[in-house]
Amino acid sequence: MASVVATNQTILVVGGGVSGMTAALEAAECGKQVVLVENTATLGGRTSVLYRYFPKLCHPVCGLEINLRRLKGNRNVRVLTLAEVTGISGTRGDFTVTVKRSPRYVNENCTACGACAEAVSTQVPNPWNYGLDRMKAAYLPHAMAYPQRYVLDPSIIGTPDAEKAKAACKYGAIDLGMAEETLELKVGAIVWATGWQPYDAARIQPYGYGRFPNVITSVEFERLADPHGPTGGKILRPSDGKEAKDVAFIQCAGSRDENHLRHCSRICCMASLKQTQYVREAFGDGAQSTVYYIDIRAIDRLEDFYARVQKDTTVRFVKSKVARIAEDQATRDPILHGVDTEGYHRYANRHDLAVLAIGMAPSVKAADIPAEVVEDSSGFIEAAAERAAVFGAGCATNALDVNRSVQNATAAALRAIQVVNRAARAET
Amino acid sequence: MASDLNAQALARYRNDFLREVEERVDEGEWVKMCMQCGVCAGSCPFGPHWEHSPQKLFMMIRAGKRDEVLQSDSMWMCTSCYNCVVRCPRKLPITTIMHGIATYAHRLGLAPKRQPTRDFSVVFWENFTRNGRANEMRLMLRLWFKDGIGAGIKKALAMKNVGLGMLRTRRMSPFEIFGGHGVKDVKGFQAMIRKAQEIEDRRRGFTK
Repeated sequence: MASVVATNQTILVVGGGVSGMTAALEAAECGKQVVLVENTATLGGRTSVLYRYFPKLCHPVCGLEINLRRLKGNRNVRVLTLAEVTGISGTRGDFTVTVKRSPRYVNENCTACGACAEAVSTQVPNPWNYGLDRMKAAYLPHAMAYPQRYVLDPSIIGTPDAEKAKAACKYGAIDLGMAEETLELKVGAIVWATGWQPYDAARIQPYGYGRFPNVITSVEFERLADPHGPTGGKILRPSDGKEAKDVAFIQCAGSRDENHLRHCSRICCMASLKQTQYVREAFGDGAQSTVYYIDIRAIDRLEDFYARVQKDTTVRFVKSKVARIAEDQATRDPILHGVDTEGYHRYANRHDLAVLAIGMAPSVKAADIPAEVVEDSSGFIEAAAERAAVFGAGCATNALDVNRSVQNATAAALRAIQVVNRAARAET
Repeated sequence: MASDLNAQALARYRNDFLREVEERVDEGEWVKMCMQCGVCAGSCPFGPHWEHSPQKLFMMIRAGKRDEVLQSDSMWMCTSCYNCVVRCPRKLPITTIMHGIATYAHRLGLAPKRQPTRDFSVVFWENFTRNGRANEMRLMLRLWFKDGIGAGIKKALAMKNVGLGMLRTRRMSPFEIFGGHGVKDVKGFQAMIRKAQEIEDRRRGFTK
């Protein structure tokens, strides 16, 4: 299990989201040896917890399924989950990478039958639902998880719950003796695809996230709409479980703001336009979505989708960045205060639920990456110099949607291939 | 004098009011950075009570609405709470710009007449530049009696308890009425103020 054969012609891909998977697969399909390192228990990243893609409103499951099939059919990719890069030394064409692997406590025998989850009673917050609900401490991350293998949460190790899980497993898949291990890999080039995280909404003080239960982020709303989410796909608001038929979407929550994220996060306009369609889908003509925006940034073909949503009678657009949110203490309805730019009308609008179209921050700031990369003013990785051997890919380099992340990751894979090809030539 | 300055400004900037503001108003070069999001307008605690929010004023400046902007009394209503400044996504120094526009309008003689904040500012400036210290007795009497003796007495009676409290705690002395205290070198202080005004006038293009 722990043996990973790697040479200076191997490409290391850090991050197993859609960008990392793409970079790994593109390189592997060119015949290169690839090690794909992912720090959670499954590949798929944030893409796998989207309900639908814009603009076609198709399900991400489909695209992920294709990538997983490519992965299963390819012998050149070695996937390490629950693994984290802790150090990189060496130079272009000759790196030594230290990888820390956390124990899963479940081995290859697992059939994902779920008997361990039934046996265990401890619950832990579910990160794949952004903590909106709790899950059993023996869990499969989500339906699309790869590998399809359960995980024991480290918090139950050494408790009777762990023993119960072990006893429940018919296949001898639970190995409580697993321990953290450290690997050293030789690699020639590195693709860094650690992706993004939602900006900490609580820092946008006037919006009251964290203080008002009915102010949530767009990634949380995505989970509410998803049948695999905490509400089984029903759009229910957190305070009282009431159907949220009147939903406000607040654009540029954290983005384009010198006090928070300097950059435009690019996806949020389209994400909110998409989410208005979730509300319509759930409540039909009884739905009411209001998008509060500075300007809608739906470019190229995406603008057609914007035009379609504009025609939707259940969607209203208010050109205004909301100044602050208050809460009706009796009903817990969020009340949005601001002034609109088209006529300068002052408003105090009550809604069932306010969704902050939250900005994208890099998961790992470029300055914290243990390799030579240049950080831009938002913490993303700047385009690599000509003689580089560490290449950013996907949302580690900029705020990108899935489509552009995939393109970007393919480009990074190509540059990594060039590096290991040169290393190979130097040896012969 | 004031109207001369206005005529001079009109001749110099013609229809480019944005450039006029950029050159002549404190922090005016920030006005073009406004992206019209409306957070300042929505954050202003006085927002509902004045006609032109900062957002609207900035748009009016860009639209060349010179008279409306300079004659507006909205910027005189700014209480310097800085709510807009801390929330502005572009970090515009909105409070400073508000006071800058007000000051400029005053210089040109276009600011609204009998605007209480303007009246107070004029009285306060005269009061403390006289000898370098605010003279509370004189400031108070000037403000109370500017609308006539009857109104002055009425206001004095209304503020009686505050005044007595200040006398008791020695925060105010009735003898200030005869000139009051000042800085050690009053002449030097006044020369400094004159010099500062001269530099500022040159910088803003009022003088060569």
